[in-house]
Amino acid sequence: MNRSHRTASVALDALDRAILNRLQDGFPLTPDPFADVAREFNCDADELVARLKRLHAENAITRFGPFIDTVAMGGAFCLCAMAVPVDRFERITEIVNGFHQVAHNYERDHKLNMWFVLGTATPGEIDTVADEIEQATCLRVHRFPKLEEYFVGFRVAA
Amino acid sequence: MSEIDQTDRRIIEATQGGIPIVRHPYAVVAEDLGLDEAEVIARLQGLIARGVVRRIAAAANHYALGMAANGMTVWDVADEAVTEIGRKIGALDYVTHCYQRPRDPPDWPYNLFAMVHGATRDEVEQKRREIAVLIGHLSRADDILYSKRILKKTGVRLTAGGR
Repeated sequence: MNRSHRTASVALDALDRAILNRLQDGFPLTPDPFADVAREFNCDADELVARLKRLHAENAITRFGPFIDTVAMGGAFCLCAMAVPVDRFERITEIVNGFHQVAHNYERDHKLNMWFVLGTATPGEIDTVADEIEQATCLRVHRFPKLEEYFVGFRVAA
Repeated sequence: MSEIDQTDRRIIEATQGGIPIVRHPYAVVAEDLGLDEAEVIARLQGLIARGVVRRIAAAANHYALGMAANGMTVWDVADEAVTEIGRKIGALDYVTHCYQRPRDPPDWPYNLFAMVHGATRDEVEQKRREIAVLIGHLSRADDILYSKRILKKTGVRLTAGGR
């Protein structure tokens, strides 16, 4: 296992884990949402806020807030992949990551070794941006748009 | 597409990077935007009802939770069987994403993608074998791509002003 992307393991107690599991499922839209969740755990709302702040600071959660469906907003997504020569990998990473439409980018162990997701405000921009990346890198951008979604889970057991 | 007015859009832009982790987060968002807390809550509820917002929640860091291994399993499944197979795989609790995508031959013969998470690579391989059994002879070829490094992870952002 490559260790370069591993976060120093976060020490989680039982309540941290329960909170993480609970908050991945959803957070109330109420004026005092932490109090509503705290009641489920028999803990204090301010303690819940403090724990969540710590979990965020320790990078156990990467984001807290609304999950927006870009497609429902009229936008589009596309998974893309490139076969990047090893000696140019860092430079190509800089170029690709420099496009604000690149939402996630992973190095993977395959001939197609760079996999990224494009998110754009309109479907037509996907090809425009992918073409721009091809021009900027002189590499082919393979495009794998979603044809059908079977299930998108989001929960990781803590 | 759902109707999203300018106020909805401002709320989305203000919160897409995250809401403040404070006792009354929606009140803080409202204050920043010059709106009432009740309106922010009502509009977010409306956006959820219309499917624009999937939910308000925390995104967990797989690595920090000890789910350090993730493999993108890919399969070449006959077109006529892919929907049925995809539904079965998508229902597995260790699969977080399952999509049908186009093949790109000759480099890429695979049309079904399923992301598998586990504590170790051995665990991911075990799950991959379970999926292989599930698909049986309907898969003509398969592979697994492990992530070596996160190069960027910012999430999708709407640009200011929308469109």
